[in-house]
Amino acid sequence: MARQLSRPSGPSRLSRRQFVVYSLAATTLTVAAPLGCDAATAEGAEKAAGPDGERGPSDVLVTGTDAEMLVLEVTPANKVVVRLPRVEVGQGVTTAVAMMIAEELDARLVDVDIPLADARSKGNQFTGGSSSVSSLYGPARQLAATARAKLVTAAARRWRVPARTLRTRGTRVYGPDGRSATFGSLTRSAAPITRPAVPSTPKPASKHRVIGRPTTRIDARDIITGKAKYTGDLTAAGAKPTVVARPPTLGGKIVSVDDAAARAMPGVHAVVRFDGGVAVVAETFHHAFQARDALRVKWAPGPLANLSDAQIRSRLRAAVPKLGTPPRGSAQTEAEFEFAFVSHAPMEVLTAVADVRDGRAEIWFSSQTPQSAREEIASLIGVPAAKVRVHVLRGGGSFGRRLNHDAAIEAAVISKKARRPVKLMWSRSDDIRHGRMRPASHHHIRASHARGRVVAFAHATAQVSESSGERGLSAQGGSRAPAAAPLPSDSGLYNFGRLSGDSGSIDLAVPLGAWRSVDSGTVRTAEEIVVDEIARSLGKDPVAFRRTTLRSKTVKAVLDKVATAGKWGRTMPRGHGQGVAVHEEYGSCVACLVEIDAVDPKNPRVTKVVMAADVGTAVNPRGLQAQLMGTAVDGISTVLLAGLHIDKGAVRESSFADFHYARGRHSPLHFEAHIMPSRRDPGGAGELGVPAASGAVANAYARATGRKPRRFPLNF
Amino acid sequence: MPSYTFTLNGKRVTVEAPADMPLLWVLRDLLHVTGPKYGCGVGACRACTSHLDGDEIQPCVVPVADCADREVTTIEGLADGDRLHPVQQAWLDCDVAQCGFCQPGQIMATAALLKKTPRPTDADIDGIENVCRCGTYARIREAIKKAAANS
Repeated sequence: MARQLSRPSGPSRLSRRQFVVYSLAATTLTVAAPLGCDAATAEGAEKAAGPDGERGPSDVLVTGTDAEMLVLEVTPANKVVVRLPRVEVGQGVTTAVAMMIAEELDARLVDVDIPLADARSKGNQFTGGSSSVSSLYGPARQLAATARAKLVTAAARRWRVPARTLRTRGTRVYGPDGRSATFGSLTRSAAPITRPAVPSTPKPASKHRVIGRPTTRIDARDIITGKAKYTGDLTAAGAKPTVVARPPTLGGKIVSVDDAAARAMPGVHAVVRFDGGVAVVAETFHHAFQARDALRVKWAPGPLANLSDAQIRSRLRAAVPKLGTPPRGSAQTEAEFEFAFVSHAPMEVLTAVADVRDGRAEIWFSSQTPQSAREEIASLIGVPAAKVRVHVLRGGGSFGRRLNHDAAIEAAVISKKARRPVKLMWSRSDDIRHGRMRPASHHHIRASHARGRVVAFAHATAQVSESSGERGLSAQGGSRAPAAAPLPSDSGLYNFGRLSGDSGSIDLAVPLGAWRSVDSGTVRTAEEIVVDEIARSLGKDPVAFRRTTLRSKTVKAVLDKVATAGKWGRTMPRGHGQGVAVHEEYGSCVACLVEIDAVDPKNPRVTKVVMAADVGTAVNPRGLQAQLMGTAVDGISTVLLAGLHIDKGAVRESSFADFHYARGRHSPLHFEAHIMPSRRDPGGAGELGVPAASGAVANAYARATGRKPRRFPLNF
Repeated sequence: MPSYTFTLNGKRVTVEAPADMPLLWVLRDLLHVTGPKYGCGVGACRACTSHLDGDEIQPCVVPVADCADREVTTIEGLADGDRLHPVQQAWLDCDVAQCGFCQPGQIMATAALLKKTPRPTDADIDGIENVCRCGTYARIREAIKKAAANS
């Protein structure tokens, strides 16, 4: 809904950490804060500079819309509604934002609703890069603090008492005499207030009662009772179940289709041929799968039909740039590492509901990038973006997979061709055999040391990058994974003298995507293994060596924490071992200590994981611990168990029966995560733990077995 | 088309469906009971785990014909009205879920385990095959032990 914006209220002097808030002309109290890195003004804002050139409290008039804002509304039913321009995929962003709002409003958490916003035409609606909490922390709190000031002012006027004598608690305003009013009962009178009589400054951290308190997810009860709705659970638009017959090889093309038998089957509504394969629309998914299997499709082999893992690995090795000359007189610790392709494999397979008819489109799916989905779908089906409505649904996991909108694009194409609403679901086999993957990579690392110190550290990589030539947009669609990027990390964590890095790539027509922690998941894992090997060649303990070479005090502190809490150096039985690793990214840092039972090196069991993280302010420590727990299992999976093989241009694996993501029996019997106290603004956390956990698992395996881990997953 | 009658979460239901139609799609597409999730269709991920006459099943590989005149319980039927089943309560207390997609199956698998093995060991818990891609296993283990202690 477009609304007229009126003058803002908020802090009188804007610093980098303060955010302007606008009032929206509405009958209920509705305030809005712009989102975006340094976006302090909304479109249409007229800025009047004060005498000292700074903006004052009431000198902004806004006539734009709320499209790029975080909008908070207090409803007459005493609910606080914030439509969030982010997606919830399990990382807990809705709970974290609800906590920020509840904190500054003094509302009960149960009264705060955080629905997910539809795709907008502008503003920051990107969920990724572990950026959600850090990007929302300022605006969300300022927004709620402003709303609170207005509600207090409204109550003061109603009761004719000084506003400063009022208190707020439990979604109510309390008077000095004990009387109270719900926010909902005040929302209409608070709506027109432009100059609150009390400050609208967010609380100092010392006053936080919600932020920083371990809090259960706001959707926990819906989940455990089966009420939480994912895209596949929708009955929207009467969309019919739809599945796709896909080629046996990656990028294979249709030669011919005989769909007579499939069309004649009961419950089949439509059979549609498109670039990615042949879609069947049917009454139920059972009918759809049966008809799909009855299709007789002749496929031409895809562009990689002569390519298998062995060739990919040797091409990657050859694409790694040469390292320069090591410093004269230094000794070398050198290693090469290989990482296999890895599926994202979120539990909820890609699913999208699309209704494309009459020159317009309506799409329902879980998306980290709904704005670009909207634009791409509009251009693909040939309608203006304004005619495409994208509803964002909660996702059953993502790990980067929902940055791309493959299924939504396919669903739109199929719906348009079939001229009916469709509920497209990728089968698990579709997801693993044709879905995106973390690119395979090869690493060459060399640490040069002299007189007991590292004097130079060089790391060259090559990874597979997705070639654009062979794949049509409609076959896979979505934003392409970036080509091999410059090294994100060159162990600048350590005092390692001269640092250098270089990267190469090989172009292959394979679907790739950013996988939780992106390049750090391989690059930093390999580096942490080398750090252990340097320590060994210098005759030093891995923790002691890191402690003397790490640059940052905060990283040393998390390392010390896991070393103490995890009893580093305790005597382990034969075939068991401990390992550690650290990582720093997203303005945060983490350490991980792992204990492993590798008596049978082919069947190792991580028995214990201790992690410690400094992420600045941890809005929900329980949610942060959950994220760290997940990254520990990612580390166990990618280092020990889970990868994809390419055989003659096809992915060999096809379900969780052969893509061996960790199960309960592979997960630690004991897990603990320590959160370092901090009053800094929040950094990122969702992806943070992956490299440290992966490195620690590999290092523990090495110490338990005496083997040098080089190729991942180790048991493949 | 044959017709099958069975008890679903305490209520008798009748559906017209092909004999080989997996119970999962009968539940989801014909009866709109969506707690059991599709995750693989081959009984490997176990996101759909439910109960048939009190025993754990994977509805994605159980034909509807096998359910005739029997009792099917899904996550929706586990609680006693508003009173959560002890396993659900433990899941809530331990804040197990992340994305939540596998958790109905995890809870149903645990409820079936505890019925047969009221005091499960770590090895018993390791026998649960259900995949959780968010990696909530440590909290699942904690919640199972808590539910066992409370029931």
